[in-house]
Amino acid sequence: MKLSGNFFHLLRQAASRNYSLFFIDMFLSERTHVYIIYSKIPADSSACDKIIKDSAMIEGIFVEGLIYGIMVLGVFITFRILDFPDLTVDGSFPLGAAIMASLIISGYNVFFALAAAFMGGVAAGVVTAVIHNRLKVPNLLAGILTMTMLWSVNIRIMGNRANLPLLKNETILTDIVSWTEGIIPSDYTILVFFFLVAMAIKFSMDLFFRTDMGLTLGALGNNEQMVISQGVNINLMKAIGVGLSNGLVAVSGAFAAQYQGFADVGLGTGIVVTGLASVMIGEFIFTSNKIVVLTFRVIIGSIIYKAIMYLGRYYGYHIGLTPNDLKLLAGLLIIACLMIAQGKKRNYFRRWKNDQA
Amino acid sequence: MIRLENITKVFNQGTVNENTALRGINLRVKEGDFITIVGSNGAGKTTLFNTISGSFQPTTGDIFFNDKNVTRMPEYKRAQYLGRIFQDPLLGTASNMSLEDNMMICYRKGFKGLKISLNNKMRERFREELKALDMGLESRMEYNVQLFSGGQRQALTLLMTVLSHPDLILLDEHTAALDPKNAALILELTDKFIIDKKLTAMMITHNMSHAIKYGNRILMMHKGEIILDISGEEKKNLTVEGLVKKFYNVKHEELTNDELLMSHE
Repeated sequence: MKLSGNFFHLLRQAASRNYSLFFIDMFLSERTHVYIIYSKIPADSSACDKIIKDSAMIEGIFVEGLIYGIMVLGVFITFRILDFPDLTVDGSFPLGAAIMASLIISGYNVFFALAAAFMGGVAAGVVTAVIHNRLKVPNLLAGILTMTMLWSVNIRIMGNRANLPLLKNETILTDIVSWTEGIIPSDYTILVFFFLVAMAIKFSMDLFFRTDMGLTLGALGNNEQMVISQGVNINLMKAIGVGLSNGLVAVSGAFAAQYQGFADVGLGTGIVVTGLASVMIGEFIFTSNKIVVLTFRVIIGSIIYKAIMYLGRYYGYHIGLTPNDLKLLAGLLIIACLMIAQGKKRNYFRRWKNDQA
Repeated sequence: MIRLENITKVFNQGTVNENTALRGINLRVKEGDFITIVGSNGAGKTTLFNTISGSFQPTTGDIFFNDKNVTRMPEYKRAQYLGRIFQDPLLGTASNMSLEDNMMICYRKGFKGLKISLNNKMRERFREELKALDMGLESRMEYNVQLFSGGQRQALTLLMTVLSHPDLILLDEHTAALDPKNAALILELTDKFIIDKKLTAMMITHNMSHAIKYGNRILMMHKGEIILDISGEEKKNLTVEGLVKKFYNVKHEELTNDELLMSHE
C-alpha cells in the first residue's frame, strides 16, 4: 500500500483507515515513498492487498526508471559516446533539483524552473570541459573538481540549507495531476507523463546524434585525430557534449525533486554508479550501432536497474539487507556486469580461435 | 601554394636530450605536385609532416598556405586545407560507427552544425564514390567500420580524404602497415586519385622504388635536412642506383641504412 504526503499526514491517513502500523521505512526508494506494512490484515483480503502492493511497486519501478533514465541518457553520452568519464554528474543531479526547488518556492513558473535547471546543468558540464581543456587536467579529475564545488553551490542555491521540501508547492506533477483529475488516477497520470517526457528526450537525442554535429561527437569518443583532421575544434565539441549530458542529468534531478517532494544536497551521491550500472545492464539486452536502439536500451537498462534495487529492498529484509546496503549492491552489480562482459568477450575470442584452427 | 621558410624544430631544447629534428628546411610545393619523400629513420620526415599539419609548432621559421602565414594557427583550423593519412589504418576512421556515418563526417570540413545531411541522396552519392574502390564496400554502408580489414579501412580513408578535396594531402607511409597485395592496391589508388582529381600531395615512403615510380618530384631527407630535390625529366629517368649515387655525391657518406637499400624490389 503506497501513500504519499508528509510523514504526519501519512500517520493520520493510516490511522483513519484502521491500519495498525507495523513497520515504517523512511529510507525506501531514496526516501521517495513511505511504505506502510500493516499487521492486521483481514484473512480474506490479503491476496487482494498483495496485488495492490505489487502494482504500486511496479508503478514505482517504472516511474523512477524513467526519471533516472533521463539521467542515464546523460551518462551514456559522456561514458559511451564521448569516452569522457564525467563525475560532474554527482553534483549536477542535485544542482537540477536545487534550482528547480528554489525557483518553485520563489514562485517562478514551473517550466521556466525546469529550463533553468537544464541550463544550470549545461553550465556545470561546460565548467568541467573547460577545466579539462584549458588546464590539461585528466577528465576524471576535472569532473571531481566541479562536483566538489557544486556541493557548496547547491547549498547556496537552496538558501544555505541542505534540504528544501516541496510538499506544499505546486510542481509540474501537481499541475499535470490536477489537469487530468477525475479522468485518470493520479498514479497513472504520473507514469504516462514520465513515459512521454523520457520518450521526447530520447527522440530529440536520436535526432541530434544524426545531425552533422552529433555524428562528429560520436567520432570524437572513438578517434580524436580523425575529428581534428576534419577541421573541427575538439575542445568546443567536448564542451557541447559534456554540457548537454549534464543538462539532461540536471533535468532528471529536477523531476526527481518534484516526484519525491524535496531537494536534498545529498541526492547525487552515487548517481554516476547508478547511471553506469544502468548503461551496462542495457548493453546486455541487445547490440546495435543505431542510435535509436542505443538510447532505447539505456532507458530499459535504467528501469531494470530500478527493479533490481526495489527487489533488493523488498526481499532484502529476509537476508538482513537494509536500505543502507543499496550502494554496496549497486557497486556489486557493476562488478558483476563487468565480469559477465569480460566472460562474454573471452568466450567470443575462444570461438574465434577455434575457427582459425 | 605551400611554402616553408627556414623551418627548424628542436625537441627538448636546453636539456641533455636536446635533439634537432629539422634544420633550416626551405620548401615550395606547387599546385599539382606529387612529391615523394625518402630518408632513413630519424631523418625528420614525420616531423616535417607534423610541422606542416600543426601537431606542433616549429622552433623557428614560418609556414605559408596560399601566401597566408599559418605558423601559429591551431591544428584543427589548418586541417581545413589539409588531408592527412597515417600509417595506422585505425587513425583515419571511427571504428564503432557505420561506413556512411564516417563518410558523412569527412564529407565537409570545418564546424559541424545541426543539419541532418545524411539522406538518401547523399547515400546514393557515397555509393557511387565507393564503387571507385572496387572492394564491394558500396553494399556494406551500414556496417561498422571495425568489421573491415586494414586495407579496406585505409582505402576508405583515402577516398574520404580525396572527397573533401584538400589543398594538400600528406601521406605518412600510409601503406606500411598493410600486406604487400593491399599496399600495392592502395598505392595504385592513391596515384590514380591524385592524377585524376589534380590534387597536390606529399608522400613519405620507405620504399625507394615506390618513391621513384610515383610522383613528379622526389625529396631525400637526411638528419633533418633536404639533401636532394629532383623533379621533371631528371626524376622520370631516375633509378635506385642513380639515387644512391647522388646521395653519395652530396654527403660523401655511404648510404648505409639497410632498410632503405633493402626495401627496393
